Amino acid sequence: MSDLRDLYQEVLLDHNRRPRNFQKLEGANRTAEGYNPLCGDQITVYMKLEDDVIRDISFQGSGCAISKSAASMMTAALKGKTRGEAEALFQHFHNMLTGKPGAEGGTEALGKLAVFAGVCEFPIRVKCATLPWHTLHAALEGKGEPVSTE
Amino acid sequence: MTSAGGTLTNAKAKAKAAAPAAAGRAARLDVEAIRRDFPILRQTVHGRPLVYLDNAATSQKPQAVIDAVTRYYGAENSNVHRGVHFLSEQATQAYEGVRGTVREFLNAAEDREILFVRGTTEGINLVAQSYGRAALRAGDEVVISGMEHHSNIVPWQMVCEATGAVLRVVPITDAGEVELEVYERLLNARTRLVAIVHISNVLGSINPVKQMIAMARRWNARVLVDGAQAVPHLPVDVRDLDCDFYVFSGHKLLGPTGIGILYGRAELLEGMPPYQGGGDMISSVTFEKTRYNTIPYKFEAGTPHIAGAIGLGAAIDYVQGVGLDRIAAYEDELLGYGTAALSAIPGLRLIGTAPAKAAVLSFVLDDAHAHDVGTILDREGVAIRAGHHCAMPLMQRFGVPATARASLAFYNTRDEIDALVRAIQKVKEIFG
Repeated sequence: MSDLRDLYQEVLLDHNRRPRNFQKLEGANRTAEGYNPLCGDQITVYMKLEDDVIRDISFQGSGCAISKSAASMMTAALKGKTRGEAEALFQHFHNMLTGKPGAEGGTEALGKLAVFAGVCEFPIRVKCATLPWHTLHAALEGKGEPVSTE
Repeated sequence: MTSAGGTLTNAKAKAKAAAPAAAGRAARLDVEAIRRDFPILRQTVHGRPLVYLDNAATSQKPQAVIDAVTRYYGAENSNVHRGVHFLSEQATQAYEGVRGTVREFLNAAEDREILFVRGTTEGINLVAQSYGRAALRAGDEVVISGMEHHSNIVPWQMVCEATGAVLRVVPITDAGEVELEVYERLLNARTRLVAIVHISNVLGSINPVKQMIAMARRWNARVLVDGAQAVPHLPVDVRDLDCDFYVFSGHKLLGPTGIGILYGRAELLEGMPPYQGGGDMISSVTFEKTRYNTIPYKFEAGTPHIAGAIGLGAAIDYVQGVGLDRIAAYEDELLGYGTAALSAIPGLRLIGTAPAKAAVLSFVLDDAHAHDVGTILDREGVAIRAGHHCAMPLMQRFGVPATARASLAFYNTRDEIDALVRAIQKVKEIFG
């Protein structure tokens, strides 16, 4: 039970119940769709990108608590960040979840996002947490194709 | 849907007629003894006894099947059909013997109507690519239902794309039954083929396939039945059903993965072009002209999964030893217990409530996504499946992104249902 509580921390459950920035963004100039065919998680990320700065960001979709809260916290963390800062954060986040060396160094930079550290113990769920970030990446790249975790 | 209910009643009535003591014996099905035959069930997962409720994905294997495969590789391994030596003769006999076992199991007329394939998916693709491509013309219609597994949708989309035939889909009711009246109206002179699942892998619904086949016959349409979920749970008689093709996988029937069966009527198989070319499927080859072998070998190019076939034979022997009538009765009772237990949980909605139903319990919870349910249950030792179950159109039909699915087998117990319920309570504690 203890590792389950590590996974489903209160902050995460709160973002799942009341996702932030959970709507279509009027005036968005970047959007991307992400999809996890294994479990059917689906997400659309909307973004207002000006001079390589994320002025505003939101998302819509359906998915498990991990993917939904990850998307919610991602949007909260990225407002006002530059493209480079967003990509760096994604790298830290990814490293933390996959337990890559140097992951510790990034935990500080991750701030509240460090709450997802517990996902590391559930390898099958890593894709749930990274789906919103892969979708963000696609939006930043301006790719028209939906991204898939497979 | 009284017709669907009628089928189950018929199946049960038939089982009773065939073995009058079945009902009495069913109560005495010794589950503890049966469980001892399945070594995998003895283990613990995350420190808790394994509660395996993912049988619709794949069944566990009894020691008899494991032994048969081990014995083959340890003492009998040899290639079939071509060798003149002792081992090859033994292997050929064992392999071909299983064809007979399967024929009896399905009550097919002849051994040569039994084709070894990799599984249900390959069996359906074989029919679509061989029979479908040759028989379908632009404007012809192929009918499937709204509860099909992707493996009984995509092969037909592919062949329709190639031939210009049209795919028609029979809708299903809120309870999860085929809308028979709509199906009947959908059939017409252009209907060439009906492909229908016998038991839904998501809903557990037992479709009234015999009735549906009779309806298709009036229009001279051919019928393929996807029996992947049916053969482990109820007796199947292809001649009584009057189907043209019947397909199933070995691994859902206590057998090895990578082996499955396609039953086809001999006269249809004989007229069909080969699916794959290679060794064993020919009678003579020159660079100018190749003569194909007779059925079933025409459809079995290359060295087959001999060990898999032998394991499947042992699996069928095991199932027959327990008795499918007893298995069906026991599982039905377990399903009743599970349905009552899950229905009593507030905020839980069962998906698939057809009166004629096999032991599948698909559900969604108000507060938790199926994927989260799956993870939490796993930590309690309870193995279920979460997701779209390769039936995305069906998920759409019920307006859910995914379901959690507990699928039962005859080695499951009421205690395990209780463990499932306790684990769902944990989900509610975390997400409540």
